[in-house]
Amino acid sequence: MAELFERITEYLSYPFVIYALIVGALVALCSSLLGVTLVLKRFSFIGDGLSHVAFGAMAVASVLNIKNEMPVVLAFTIISAILLLRTGQRARTKGDASVAMISVGALALGYLILNIFSSSGNLSGDVCTTLFGSTSILTLTDTEVWLSCILALLVVGIFVFFYNKIFSVTFDETFARATGTKAGIYNLIIATVVAVVIVLAMNLVGSLLISALIVFPALSAARVFKSFKAVTVCSVILSVSCALAGMLTSILTGWPVGSTIVAVDIVFYGIFTIAGFMGRLSAK
Amino acid sequence: MALLTCTDLSLGYEGRIIVQGLCFEVNSGDYLSIVGENGSGKSTLMRTVLGLQPPLSGKIETRDGLKLTEIGYLPQQTAVQKDFPASVTEVVMSGFCGRAGLRPFYNAAEKAEAASNLEKLGISNLAKRCYRELSGGQQQRVLLARALCATKKMILLDEPVSGLDPLVTNEMYEIIKDLNTHSEITVIMVSHDIDAAVKYSSHILHVGRDCFFGTRDEYLGSDRFALFGKGGSDNG
Ligand SMILES: Nc1ncnc2c1ncn2[C@@H]1O[C@H](COP(=O)(O)OP(=O)(O)OP(=O)(O)O)[C@@H](O)[C@H]1O
Ligand SMILES: [Mg+2]
Repeated sequence: MAELFERITEYLSYPFVIYALIVGALVALCSSLLGVTLVLKRFSFIGDGLSHVAFGAMAVASVLNIKNEMPVVLAFTIISAILLLRTGQRARTKGDASVAMISVGALALGYLILNIFSSSGNLSGDVCTTLFGSTSILTLTDTEVWLSCILALLVVGIFVFFYNKIFSVTFDETFARATGTKAGIYNLIIATVVAVVIVLAMNLVGSLLISALIVFPALSAARVFKSFKAVTVCSVILSVSCALAGMLTSILTGWPVGSTIVAVDIVFYGIFTIAGFMGRLSAK
Repeated sequence: MALLTCTDLSLGYEGRIIVQGLCFEVNSGDYLSIVGENGSGKSTLMRTVLGLQPPLSGKIETRDGLKLTEIGYLPQQTAVQKDFPASVTEVVMSGFCGRAGLRPFYNAAEKAEAASNLEKLGISNLAKRCYRELSGGQQQRVLLARALCATKKMILLDEPVSGLDPLVTNEMYEIIKDLNTHSEITVIMVSHDIDAAVKYSSHILHVGRDCFFGTRDEYLGSDRFALFGKGGSDNG
């Protein structure tokens, strides 16, 4: 035990480990903020679709040899988010199909482009990294750290400022529209923020696992808590703790960081489900 | 001038006409009941008045001063998410969302108003409860409280008593009547309960193949009431 503790403190003395933990915590925070809204607005499928789009954009950026790919991927994902939202709104039932088309299409094309044009010697390694997250996030550049911090601040700021609107539009969009809330604009804001969160989270857990980061903490919290505020606060705390625990475990064991974090999230989902069940039993 | 005037209104979806030639006006302090058979377009009329869908033709005019942010609305079926974790207070407070505009947080006056609306509807004791765990009737009252928060002038209710037991139904009608007389809120209500419509309202709009609009007394004398009203009360 003491030995373990020593190793952790040793790791923590490296600045790049600290950076990784900070970025990881911020990503977890941002992704969990919107979880409840996304799950309940049936937007989680958009989140899933967008992550595949982000993969495609990443592939194109890396083939074009763009040094700083994050802004490119970000712009591309935001535009797709807005487009997806538009098509989803115009035809409710066709929404899912168009998301599936775009997301799978982007995934396939991205892989194809990488295969044809990439000069990298370790192609399957690269792809695996983009899909499941880097085996370690200890290689973040300074720019990436700063960009992550700024984007995270932006996401939190937008969420806090529009908290009541987001609640209202998520809870009952018809009523919100009928009483003069511009629901369209807030849907747009939500979609944009999701795009930002997805690009942020790609570094950490990879594009296939982002949905897990968004969905699990919110669903866990909703098992136990009964008000929107409590669920939001709880899912943020849960998500950040799971991310930190997952990252430390991954650093110590060498397990892939994305999967480890999601595994911790799943464990806590189980715990919260049982807790919620017990709570309801004892209430009776 | 009337608070709300509709002239030669045609309603429908994607070019398919459901009701046409609708003319009516609502003055401040009126209690208008909208009656008609299932599928005759009552809810569609509500949605059109609220600007949720465009009219196929015709005009809806509101007196300047009555903005969308000043109308309260209780939908027939709330597309509320089944698993949404929200407390009653949070739901009721969301009624202020439109009125608050860009202001990010609700102020103390609004909090007090929400509390007094809960009080008015006799559900102060539910304030901390989880909305999704309430009974249908309790949920209905919460949504009415939310609608009240959204307005001081006019409230649109689409079958507010569907699914409520007779006792609570009567209570609900009394509450609405009380809002109309004491809080001076103009009420537009869709209802299948002709007896109650006749008992409480000042004006009646019958939506159907040919529409009727007039005061309660005019409606009682019309042959429309003889047909629809009698049939309705026989069944219920
Ligand atoms: N979204 C929609 N798209 C197309 N047609 C619709 C839509 N909603 C309703 N309709 C049709 O419009 C007509 C009027 O519907 P509406 O809901 O206004 O009736 P209603 O008078 O409120 O009936 P009820 O008493 O059952 O509530 C119906 O024939 C219905 O099939
Ligand atoms: Mg209806």
